[in-house]
Amino acid sequence: MDIQLKRGLLDICVLAAIRSEDSYGYQIIKDIKPCIDMSESTLYTILKRLELAGMLTVRASEHGGRLRKYYHITDLGLKRLEEFREEWREVMSIYQFVIKEEESK
Amino acid sequence: MTKQEFIAELQKQLSGLPQQEVEERLGFYSEMIDDRIEEGMTEEEAVTEIGSVADISAQIIADIPLAKLAKERIKPKRRMRAWEIVLLAAGSPLWLILLIAAFVVLLALYAVIWSVVVCIWSVFGALVGGAVGGIAGGVLLIVFGNVVSGIMLIGAGLACAGLAIFLFFGCLAATKGTAYLTAQSVLGIKKCFVRKEKEE
Repeated sequence: MDIQLKRGLLDICVLAAIRSEDSYGYQIIKDIKPCIDMSESTLYTILKRLELAGMLTVRASEHGGRLRKYYHITDLGLKRLEEFREEWREVMSIYQFVIKEEESK
Repeated sequence: MTKQEFIAELQKQLSGLPQQEVEERLGFYSEMIDDRIEEGMTEEEAVTEIGSVADISAQIIADIPLAKLAKERIKPKRRMRAWEIVLLAAGSPLWLILLIAAFVVLLALYAVIWSVVVCIWSVFGALVGGAVGGIAGGVLLIVFGNVVSGIMLIGAGLACAGLAIFLFFGCLAATKGTAYLTAQSVLGIKKCFVRKEKEE
């Protein structure tokens, strides 16, 4: 897959994983595992990028005697997910068109 | 490998990076291991699943821009004393020029390597020219009555065409190889910045 496209999709996956409730690193990896196998290093880079872009915020919270970082989606992050759905509707219609063209040959 | 050993090893590998960056990364991996253990894995299993320290540190270094690594490397660990600043300023005509020279040498090396690639492509271009010119010239000669010379020229043109096709794959491989080497050497330079720090 095109590397730029894949990077964008990974961002979306992580945003979707923290949409309904705040989540932490390992939970995010487990949640998106059925969809894509992501390494810790990759996740770290994505979380940093999304934080810098203002799409999520980080807070450290105590858990079992240690600190765990929780990631919270911002309004900007939610907006990005909404945009993604719109964009993908377009992509899907292009896909349908491509499929139809190939079948009619 | 225990969690302690993993974290210590990773810290060693990353010692040339900005302090805050290192702490944040270590905290991240430490949390990842703890969460796995909490879920029932043994410490050993959890560390194994995270991956090897060498792979992780290589990816981290590849992710950080070279300029940031260089800046961190140059940044002094303590406040400079007044005489050091004076010396640095007084010496600037010397070290600044040396620094520029080093940079220019690197740039020249880069240009030399790529000019080899350009050379091979030029030979390829010349062969294509020879092929087209030879065949066209040969046809013209035949049309004007000089059949023997014409056939010879067409033959030479065809030979050029054959060599050009052969060389095309060589050119492609050389270009790809050089691009790969360039990417590798950037990673190598980055690693130098990190490694030197460890020896100090």
